[in-house]
Amino acid sequence: MIRHDPLAVRVAAIEPLSATLKRLTLESADGGALPIGSAGAHVSLILEGGDRPFRNAYSLVSMPGERGCYELIVRRTAGSRGGSAFIHERLGEGSVIGATVPHNLFPIQRHARKHLLIGGGIGITPLLSYLPALRQGGERLELHQISARDEVPLFENLLAPHAAHDVHVHAGRGALDLSALLARQPLGTHVYVCGPAALMDHVEAAAAALGWPASRVHRENFGAAGGDPFTLRLARSGREIAVGPDQSMLDALEAAGVPVPSLCRGGACGECLTKVTGGVPEHRDHYLTDLEKAEGALVMPCVSRAKNDLLVLDL
Amino acid sequence: MSIAFKTDEIFRDGFRYANSDAAILRFPFPFVEDSYMYSVNIEPHVRGGPTPAFDAVLDIDEHYIGECRERALVLAQDPNRCMVLPHMMAAQWDTLELIMESLAADYPDHFQLGKDGDRWTWRNRLLNIEDSFVFGAPETLPFEPFEYITRQMQGDFTLQDQRDGNLYMDGGMVTSQADWSLEFDLGMTFHEWHGPVPLAHDLGVFDRALQYLLRLQYGRPVRRLNWTMTVNPRLDTSPENYPLWGPDRTTVTPENVGDKLHLRVELQTLYRLPRSNAILFSVRAYLASMNELARVPKWGRRLHRVLRDIDPALEDYKGLGRYRRMAIEHLAQFDDGAPTGKGIAPEVDVLPA
Repeated sequence: MIRHDPLAVRVAAIEPLSATLKRLTLESADGGALPIGSAGAHVSLILEGGDRPFRNAYSLVSMPGERGCYELIVRRTAGSRGGSAFIHERLGEGSVIGATVPHNLFPIQRHARKHLLIGGGIGITPLLSYLPALRQGGERLELHQISARDEVPLFENLLAPHAAHDVHVHAGRGALDLSALLARQPLGTHVYVCGPAALMDHVEAAAAALGWPASRVHRENFGAAGGDPFTLRLARSGREIAVGPDQSMLDALEAAGVPVPSLCRGGACGECLTKVTGGVPEHRDHYLTDLEKAEGALVMPCVSRAKNDLLVLDL
Repeated sequence: MSIAFKTDEIFRDGFRYANSDAAILRFPFPFVEDSYMYSVNIEPHVRGGPTPAFDAVLDIDEHYIGECRERALVLAQDPNRCMVLPHMMAAQWDTLELIMESLAADYPDHFQLGKDGDRWTWRNRLLNIEDSFVFGAPETLPFEPFEYITRQMQGDFTLQDQRDGNLYMDGGMVTSQADWSLEFDLGMTFHEWHGPVPLAHDLGVFDRALQYLLRLQYGRPVRRLNWTMTVNPRLDTSPENYPLWGPDRTTVTPENVGDKLHLRVELQTLYRLPRSNAILFSVRAYLASMNELARVPKWGRRLHRVLRDIDPALEDYKGLGRYRRMAIEHLAQFDDGAPTGKGIAPEVDVLPA
């Protein structure tokens, strides 16, 4: 009933799509069925490379409902996080890595009259899983992909299986009039956008200016799990416990043999409420009032973290 | 786990219902301490708990056959007890898959699921059902997938669509409810369908619970216990049939209260469904009479104390008004004043004869 993260998955295939893009196919390391991935879902890969594990989230591009494998597309970025470089340089077919159970923060809205999909660059990935799901349900759809000029053939290729539908690739932002696109949609359309933050902000602003309800505008968001590592000090014993980037305070306390009563482990029930005597909590719960959060004297260790390197608890 | 299934139970006039010793010992007694107040008492639905009722993803017990038969009787009279809005078809298949896979894994002697691609074969040996169908093709089943599989389950189910930062009750199979109506609540938001609950709104319980559920993850189901009291072992205490069960409350006497009054506990489990992103809410109800529960010494003591000290607003909402005094006086004989252990476990392995 509970699927424990991470899943062990084996890299079954790596297919280069361009100089910076690779498609990965992952299978369960034990050969069994994988938890179901849906349109818009993502998994986080846990990659043991160097002094700390990388944890990068990628949208699934495999057929929704597929349980034999997960497919995802990874762009090599020159940015600070090393996960994509690790995948491009060091990951080989046959490697076994960790993956979280699919989680969907960008789901299809099932009561929409029409689905308008807008992708920017590699932001096409969740929309690639939308297309077969929407087509299977006989839904009305329209897709616009905005691409750098030199990548237009690449995205046309990825979208080729759906070319008979209302699917278009544009060379550059200037090639698509977003306001005009939104203005001509029928009532009841939902728009989904995934890509650079500036594109998603632009779509949201253009839709708002045309009077679209915010509930019909959807943007990809992997959510904020984990964060920077920090240290807990237990005031009564002086003991210090490290909280890792992907670990909750509650998990770290339990791993160190410090029992804290808990129930929901999701920031709702209040059971693990703990007093803070030093440092500033970063509150992520739904239990404390705004005033209590501002005071910073209480924290819910199941979900919340620390704003600085050290948090002192009355334990 | 060997279950002696009963085959002749009746959950309406002409009642025929009792719990075996094993069923009493596995009862999910809801009171963790000697008093009761609302809280967000949600926890991860991990395998195992204070009694064996928590061992399976979806629990079935000795009353399975009778409860499925009762459901069919209710649906024959009132087909609208099962309704699913059209945009929830993916959630219907999600539900069928979750239930079939869970039952086949947890009770392999009674349920088997065979798959050949999209061609599935389902065997339910307890109800003598065997059907082959194409997963994803509703026309290959005798009912729509949600109704088909929940007809083969104990307990009620609702389907919640998630949109606009809220949950909408957009489907359900509700034949054994504690006085609420699916036909009335269908399409409502989380706060709307909880509207009648006293006290908890002001405590902020529903604001927190909604935020928690919106973040419910696939593969990480959660559970909670809820309770009320029912006169007679009647499953269908619906608003639609109030004329049939409302008068039951006038039939309780000091002489019969111990056998007639039942604690009705709901083991509620919530699952994020993978294809639809909807939430399946399972309300699995367990019934045991005061006298059955009092055979567990700890539970007899605790039930007496909880009913004696309950908040007046809850007394009214739980429908205890007419018979609470009689129940307390009857239960007093089981309460010697001794302290009770924390938690709900019965703390005995066998019951006194």
